Amino acid sequence: MEVARYRPGQDAEPVFQGYDVPLMADWAVLDGLNHIKDQLDGSLSYRWSCRMGVCGSCGMTVNGEARLTCGTFLSEYGDGPVRIEPLKGFPVIRDLVVDIDDFLAKLSSVRPWLIREGEELPLTAEHAQTPAQLEAYKQYSMCINCLLCYSACPVYVLDPDFLGPAAIALAQRYNLDSRDMGDRFDVLGADEAVWGCTFVGECTRVCPKHVDPAEAIQRYKVTAALRSVLPWSKR
Amino acid sequence: MRARRSPEPYLWLLFSGGGVVAALVLPVLVLLFGVLMPLGIVDWPAADHLRGLLDHALVRVALVVVVVLCLFHAAHRIRHTSEELLGIARFDLPVALLCYGAAIAGGVVAVRLLG
Repeated sequence: MEVARYRPGQDAEPVFQGYDVPLMADWAVLDGLNHIKDQLDGSLSYRWSCRMGVCGSCGMTVNGEARLTCGTFLSEYGDGPVRIEPLKGFPVIRDLVVDIDDFLAKLSSVRPWLIREGEELPLTAEHAQTPAQLEAYKQYSMCINCLLCYSACPVYVLDPDFLGPAAIALAQRYNLDSRDMGDRFDVLGADEAVWGCTFVGECTRVCPKHVDPAEAIQRYKVTAALRSVLPWSKR
Repeated sequence: MRARRSPEPYLWLLFSGGGVVAALVLPVLVLLFGVLMPLGIVDWPAADHLRGLLDHALVRVALVVVVVLCLFHAAHRIRHTSEELLGIARFDLPVALLCYGAAIAGGVVAVRLLG
């Protein structure tokens, strides 16, 4: 495996370091990294947690493509070498660890929670939904914030102000929820939000949870365009 | 609260309208006039017949709408593609003026020809 190393104060820029990792049929790229960390070089830094595609921590660039390293098998790449780099589009803190503060700020700006207005119902109150109402947003709720979509998005790499795929998909997750009463038009209708997207579609292609952020963005473009043109229309 | 006024929603509506119209109408026209008629599978329409069709104001208006929407679709796509591929996003205003200006000019030509 060829792993990008960047040690602040030591490396002026990222350099590649090669490690010999046994090719096991059941090893994911993350197992290879853990082998390096445990057996070969304890100084290697990377994020991981659940090893089962749920936590969204272990996204990296594997042979040039944004992938979850726990869900990408070493055997996909034959005898190697496999090149591991940090997610593109984000500042590197160390080795394979990137700074995601920008995304976290954008995510909270779309208020990704159920916004209720009026009388507060008791905590025991139920908000029943039909299967169709659940289906309307369920796909977007699968997002695990792994940021592969940001890393694959050429618009985000060119313009870091772009609100980005996951934040917009998660905003739609609440917009399309029958229990939500919020209005996110002020954030989503901005030039750097849905209008920044040029529908390249890479976000949807790389999503490990089969969320379709590109669809979420195009759908909100219709909403936002109609609301801009017809000021009296809502949603 | 309202988002900053931006022309993008209007331009995008023209773009998406153009995409729909282009996808629905152009393949049929290309198939008829570009493939089937040159191959002799379908007879060429007589000039009188076409002129008779164009005499109807509604047909002319529909043609202008199709041409204008398709031109705006192309302009929008050329603007964004060139800005991203050539890295000239900082010249957005002149690029946009050029692209949409060309679409408007094409629309004027279409109106003049069919008017």
